[in-house]
Amino acid sequence: MAPIQRSSTLRLTGLLCLLFLVFFSRGFASHDAVSEKSSGTIQEDSRGQANSTAHKKTFPVLSFNYEHVRTPFEISLWILLALFMKLGFHIIPTVSHIVPESCLLIFVGLLVGGIIKATGEQPPVLDSNLFFLYLLPPIILDAGYFLPMRPFTENIGTILMFAVVGTLWNVFFIGGMMYAVCQIDAAKLAHVDLLSCLLFGSIISAVDPVSVLAVFEEIHINELLHILVFGESLLNDAVTVVLYHLFKEFAHEQAITVTGAVLGVISFFVVSLGGVMVGVIYGIVGAFTSRFTSYSRVIEPLFVFLYSYMAYLSAEIFHLSGIMSLIACGVIMRPYVEANISHKSYTTVKYFLKMWSSVSDTLIFIFLGVSTVAGPHTWNWIFVIFTVIFCLVSRVLGVIGLTAFINKFRIVKLTKKDQFIIAYGGLRGAIAFSLGFLLNNNEIKNLFLTAIITVIFFTVFVQGMTIRPLVELLAVKKKKESKESINEEIHTQFLDHLLTGIEDICGHYGHHHWKDKLNRFNKTYVKRWLIAGERSTEPQLISFYNKMELKQAMMMVESGSAAKLPTIVSTVSIRNVQAKGSPKPSRAISKSREEEIRRVLRANLQNTRQRLRSYSRYELLNDALEDDISEARFRKQKEMERRMSHYLTVPANRQETPPVRKVFFQPEHKVYTYDDSESPRGRASPSCADDVSELKETPEKPDQSSTPRANRDAELKPKEQDDQGDQLKVSRCLSDPGPNPEDDEDSTFLP
Amino acid sequence: MGASQTRPEHNYDDLTDKSGFSQEQIKNLYQRFQQLSGNHEKISRDDLDRIPALNNNPIRKQIITAFFDKRNQHQNDVGSLDEIGFEQFLMVMSHFRPVNSTATEEEKVTVRKQKLRFLFNMHDTDNDGIITLDEYRTVVEELLSQSGAIETEVARSIADAAMLEVASTNVPHMAPDDFYEGITFEHFEQILKGIEMESRMSIRFLDMNTATMRCGKLSS
Repeated sequence: MAPIQRSSTLRLTGLLCLLFLVFFSRGFASHDAVSEKSSGTIQEDSRGQANSTAHKKTFPVLSFNYEHVRTPFEISLWILLALFMKLGFHIIPTVSHIVPESCLLIFVGLLVGGIIKATGEQPPVLDSNLFFLYLLPPIILDAGYFLPMRPFTENIGTILMFAVVGTLWNVFFIGGMMYAVCQIDAAKLAHVDLLSCLLFGSIISAVDPVSVLAVFEEIHINELLHILVFGESLLNDAVTVVLYHLFKEFAHEQAITVTGAVLGVISFFVVSLGGVMVGVIYGIVGAFTSRFTSYSRVIEPLFVFLYSYMAYLSAEIFHLSGIMSLIACGVIMRPYVEANISHKSYTTVKYFLKMWSSVSDTLIFIFLGVSTVAGPHTWNWIFVIFTVIFCLVSRVLGVIGLTAFINKFRIVKLTKKDQFIIAYGGLRGAIAFSLGFLLNNNEIKNLFLTAIITVIFFTVFVQGMTIRPLVELLAVKKKKESKESINEEIHTQFLDHLLTGIEDICGHYGHHHWKDKLNRFNKTYVKRWLIAGERSTEPQLISFYNKMELKQAMMMVESGSAAKLPTIVSTVSIRNVQAKGSPKPSRAISKSREEEIRRVLRANLQNTRQRLRSYSRYELLNDALEDDISEARFRKQKEMERRMSHYLTVPANRQETPPVRKVFFQPEHKVYTYDDSESPRGRASPSCADDVSELKETPEKPDQSSTPRANRDAELKPKEQDDQGDQLKVSRCLSDPGPNPEDDEDSTFLP
Repeated sequence: MGASQTRPEHNYDDLTDKSGFSQEQIKNLYQRFQQLSGNHEKISRDDLDRIPALNNNPIRKQIITAFFDKRNQHQNDVGSLDEIGFEQFLMVMSHFRPVNSTATEEEKVTVRKQKLRFLFNMHDTDNDGIITLDEYRTVVEELLSQSGAIETEVARSIADAAMLEVASTNVPHMAPDDFYEGITFEHFEQILKGIEMESRMSIRFLDMNTATMRCGKLSS
């Protein structure tokens, strides 16, 4: 119990500190108005007197000017609050098991809003501008950039159906039914006309990607359902934008004409396809730019972010769908950019996107809570309750109806369980609130806002909290651990070609045929333009293989340590697989290239010892010390493992490919945290001789029989180890198109 | 296309039972068969070779061979045929039928085994029941064959790594002198259990229309 108590007291103190800070800033805000005036007058006085008696006023050693930094200060405070909350929820696991994070954050927002209101200040409302321009894009970009393409494209038909037809159905159903409700005399809502109701419907019916992400990420359902709901929430933005603007315009004129309706339909296509096109253009430009960024690796990630953000903003200029533009940009840009940028930049992009989207997400929910306390509310029981009911009903009806239709065309049908989860996962969120906030100020607006907030609360709290137990109860398939296996990759590609071939034999231009055509087009034309150097001709299987080797090498370095050896799953090594007397196992790269790389690496390793590091802010120095430490650990690691697997390592002059173990890899979009606990233990002087002696001193293998072999191994020429180390580094280099080892490192490191 | 006569020897009901296709699908496939065979009764390898769309396919040889492989005929024969008739054509096609959503778990497992068997037969060219390292190497080489000047060494190291992975998962503890003969069917099933074969390895057979079939017509 002690650690929990400690952590809860910690959290409490943290919370109190923060509230105090908030108070503080608020206090200053009101003091400021007074103090500014007074300081202003003082200054004038002093200036006036300065001409006559300049020395009368003493020089202020310490002065106070809060106004100067007010805005960034407050913004930072809010972000800090958000981060502390996020931290707090993870420190105390018990609560976050039951209640999803989004609920807790809204609750905190309510608290903070209440506190602010209690001090007499006006709590800040979630400004729509702030939301749409700053808070929403990071989340969408993060989602779009790491969108799993295969399930997305396989289910695109279903997703589009749900997004377009489903949302349309929701809008008209809710709008119509609410209008009918408004006609009830008891509601006293006669002033709400049909168009306003339809406008309300268009705001409230869109499934919100932020909420869906927040809730679905915690429940880990299978990929299909996740992509269906999530894809729908992303793609319904176009429908929402069109309908919202349409009804808003028509609300002025109080009537919908036929031309209006037709224009609306046309507008839908323009908005969605236009948005996608804008995204594609920016994506291609971004990919093309990344082809040249090898000259300055440090700024690579910025290109990714800025191009995507510009795509979003450009689409917003023309009232096109910014979300679709952002997604399109990320999706198009990603394969080419990833082939071009260095491994470090890729990690940076991943981490920054995760970081920003996480902060945005937290801030949005907190602000939602605060805005609830702030905003003027018009509570009308009938309106609100019926809104909630109709939202649920229309969602369920829509999903059932659409699924019945879609299942005719799907190979993998959607079961009743799937339908339930899809219907239940239709959460509303901050987008609805912000859209409502943008309405013109009139009496109806507050009514709508109240209802919107209620629906959001209902979906996030009730549905968000209960979806996890429901998923358990219904035994919905969970996300399977994605073990990236080379066999699966080989067979996935094999299947693609096989099915394309069968379709061709059948004469049937189906799904696979077109996908194959697209791939070939991509390979022959697009890749050549957008990917730098040799990578443009690298087939997917080889990139996959290299990536896998790289990941494995890194994992072995990080997961192993001096004391703890990785649990080796099997003792099978490459020797067991290859027939005796078979020709020497193959290399992953050509021999001449390997020699070249080896030569450079060796030269570099020597340079390392004599190097003077000149500090430059604009250059990203390869932290050579870090590399050497990893290198040393790596070599040690390899030695240990080889001993454990009874492996006599006397490759005559070459080393075989490292034994491939089936290791659990983090799926690509997850952030992989390296275990930093090993760094202090890395030795600072990584020379080969040291390594050999170290090995002699640390007989940590569990298997005693290998000790005699170990000694023999330790006596290997240092050259061997160098070879192996180089070899492994070589395989690392291959998939990391980092700075050209020949060029950059030499120029950077030599004094 | 004209009115396609039901050839007296082909009993469509019989075929429906054996292959699982519907009457409509069988009719469509029969039309395609006629087209490929030039209105003869049997198709030879050359007939399939001539399909232009297959030229870009890196594994076309294996696909065509699969059609003439006796093992895919749901009988216990081995060896290969020189020509196949419509029924055999249909039997091979039936491997790609999507599984019924109303199927029970056991049926799904059977279908899955069937499809995996087809794949296995494609790899195991010498029909000894295991996929040896050489056969697997051939598979990877063929897969990469269309990608330009890839050295065989790359393909071989990938195949080696893949083989090693199979061995590690299925036979975790081997002494250094043991030799892993090759991938048996059980091991094959094991490593591919992450891929849902029953849904992945299927194509739609229903909506074929004659227009597309004309597009795929042979030049002859």
